[in-house]
Amino acid sequence: MSPALLGLVTIAIGVGGCLAYFYFSNLLLDKVLCPPRGPNAGRNINRANIIRPWLFLGPAVLALAVYLGYPVIETLRLSLTDRSQGGAFVGFANYSQMISEPKFWEAMRNNMLWLIVVPAASTAFGLLAAQLTDRIRWGNIAKSLIFMPMAISFVGASVIFKLVYDARPAGKEQIGILNAIWMQFEGGAGSLVFLKLLPIIILASFALLVGFVVWLLASPLKNSTEGWGLKLLRASAALLGLWGVFLSIRTGFGIIAASLPYGEPQTWLTIPFYNSFFLMVVLVWIQTGFAMVILSAALRGIPEETIEAAIVDGANPFQVFFKIKVPQIMPTIVVVWTTITLVVLKVFDIVFAMTNGQWETQVLANYMFDKLFRANDWGVGSAAAIVIMLLVSPILIWNVVQARKEMR
Amino acid sequence: MEYIAGRKSSLTWAVHISVVALVALWLFPTVGLLVSSFRTADQISSSGWWKSIFPSEQIVQMRTGGADAAVQENDVWVVTGNLLLDDETSPGADVNLTRFGVSSREVDAYAIGETATFANDKKTFTMEADGTYRFTSVDELKSRGQRIFATATVPPKFTLANYKQVLISGNRTDSMAKAFFNTLTVTIPATVIPIVIAAFAAYALAWMNFPGRALLVAAVVALLVVPLQLALIPLLKLHLGIGIGKGYLGVWLAHTGFGLPLAIYLLRNYMVGLPSDIIENAKVDGATDFQIFTKIILPLSFPALASFAIFQFLWTWNDLLVAKVFLIDASGETTVMTNQIVELLGTRGGNWEILATAAFVSIAVPLGVFFAMQRYLVRGLLAGSVK
Repeated sequence: MSPALLGLVTIAIGVGGCLAYFYFSNLLLDKVLCPPRGPNAGRNINRANIIRPWLFLGPAVLALAVYLGYPVIETLRLSLTDRSQGGAFVGFANYSQMISEPKFWEAMRNNMLWLIVVPAASTAFGLLAAQLTDRIRWGNIAKSLIFMPMAISFVGASVIFKLVYDARPAGKEQIGILNAIWMQFEGGAGSLVFLKLLPIIILASFALLVGFVVWLLASPLKNSTEGWGLKLLRASAALLGLWGVFLSIRTGFGIIAASLPYGEPQTWLTIPFYNSFFLMVVLVWIQTGFAMVILSAALRGIPEETIEAAIVDGANPFQVFFKIKVPQIMPTIVVVWTTITLVVLKVFDIVFAMTNGQWETQVLANYMFDKLFRANDWGVGSAAAIVIMLLVSPILIWNVVQARKEMR
Repeated sequence: MEYIAGRKSSLTWAVHISVVALVALWLFPTVGLLVSSFRTADQISSSGWWKSIFPSEQIVQMRTGGADAAVQENDVWVVTGNLLLDDETSPGADVNLTRFGVSSREVDAYAIGETATFANDKKTFTMEADGTYRFTSVDELKSRGQRIFATATVPPKFTLANYKQVLISGNRTDSMAKAFFNTLTVTIPATVIPIVIAAFAAYALAWMNFPGRALLVAAVVALLVVPLQLALIPLLKLHLGIGIGKGYLGVWLAHTGFGLPLAIYLLRNYMVGLPSDIIENAKVDGATDFQIFTKIILPLSFPALASFAIFQFLWTWNDLLVAKVFLIDASGETTVMTNQIVELLGTRGGNWEILATAAFVSIAVPLGVFFAMQRYLVRGLLAGSVK
């Protein structure tokens, strides 16, 4: 049978089956098991009301348990066993093997870099785009064009950016835009402005942004009544941010000291350390639209009076933006930041399609895929998956706490 | 207030310009791929795509007529004709010639209209901008004509040949037709089935009272962020163990499972917000829960259903990891588009015309859905993350 026909049949069976299940199970409950008449009518109605929610929930709970609940536990178990020894329990051997591998630490370092850069850059660009497009007439068109990369697959985006980063041997016409621009520089004043000054300004503003976030994270540490877990979380996120600030300052000095190879086409994806950033650009390009849409809705939700009051008091547009608007949408910024963080932690396709972890661009998700399906080492692969889970879990707990607050 | 008004107008221009720059920056990479997919391999490798929109200067190589076209006039052999029309390597008749040369070392030595004298003054060549030429030689000519290099201004040219190659040629490595239908086969059931299951569950979580409801909602929120990387090995083992193996059924089930938390979360949040009067009135009138659900809740929840459908569609269409693990077996018969593009990147990494076209074929459908249903997508995003 052709797959398309099979697909149609599956849709029919799947949807029909679901509907039939819901219909007939309800019918069964009402007509046969607990009919709301006869001598026990009252008791039957109560019973039916107890059972019915579970009829509605049944398939979903089953699917969630099998497809998401069970794997968490099973992965945990697999990470403690060795497949080549017939699944024998080996304790933390897989973990210790993993942390002795330089590739794992490379993946961890890159993942931390991704965790700092991508959410920060996407949120900042998104906020900028939201603020700029909100007040102009063709803003909606601009928004949907910036939002468009959301619909493009990571793989498609990888192809798009491989063309941007393409390199031809020196002397030939460059077909990648980045190299075509790069070949225009030959060390004059323009090169000094665009290749030294501009990156340093960008790095400095990035360091300031991350520094600000670190300060936001760290300042409630001294005199708050938060639990130890939250304090620990704040402290570790702040340390990660400090590391980011340190890295960007170091990179800034590196740029000042570097003598750039003008006139030679660069294979951007093979330059260690910097190539990770060329990969991050792809994700920032995709996620900015998401951040923009959410932040723009939040910006519109700000009460006009607060802004009017600030203007009457003589605040300039920048003060209005940073002192009035940003503090009011802080909760939304946090949500956007964490959502993008989640995407970053699972990023796989971009690295897989563009470098496959070569030239020091490995990340955890791709490292795990490598272990699972190329090295066939389920133990270490599962251990890597557990590391990803551990990195996600603070956000998971925070989400659950928030959701429970709302339920009350 | 004059100060503020004046201030605003001076900034408006800056805002417009920055937005134009931002949009251009964001569109530029995609446009590059789109333009490249309409160019031939030669065009792509000879010039950047951003030059293809304008007429480009190229050095073209052509040949004059040989001995059989030559006529003897006053002791010299003369060949006349039109290079652009007669020669098969001509870049086309609509080309404008500006300079020419007769040796590969000096391809642009002469301006149009000048006469080149070469081969110890035994040969001359002259050419007009439209390609008509006059070539003379004291000695008898060889059967092949003289090589001529010309600087030509070629107007932009685009072709659909790449799309033919990728869509209908049936070429084993390039053809995306099968992968396209495979992707469609994965996507549609994987979008429809979780909606049905999630809608019922969301109704129960929103409008029914039972012990453990809060716990279940919390569990859904928690499962929302569980990385699906965790699920790969255990589920693959499970699928192989119960006989589903690698195939469509497995990938449908996997996508259903992974999509459910978001579906339930979105739909429940939406259903909770529906007015309770309607539901209570219907209950008073004797409607069963099943009737309330199908006749009242489902139609009212259409916006939420649509936004989840778009999410799930985009996610399953664009997915690589789940398909690689649960669907694609060694035979490669069930490959999906994302996987085929990654393979093309490996095997035909330099053939940008094929890569760009293949990528664009896979991008086109989600882009269409995106622009058609953007409203619902935005609404879903807002409901999903801002509460």
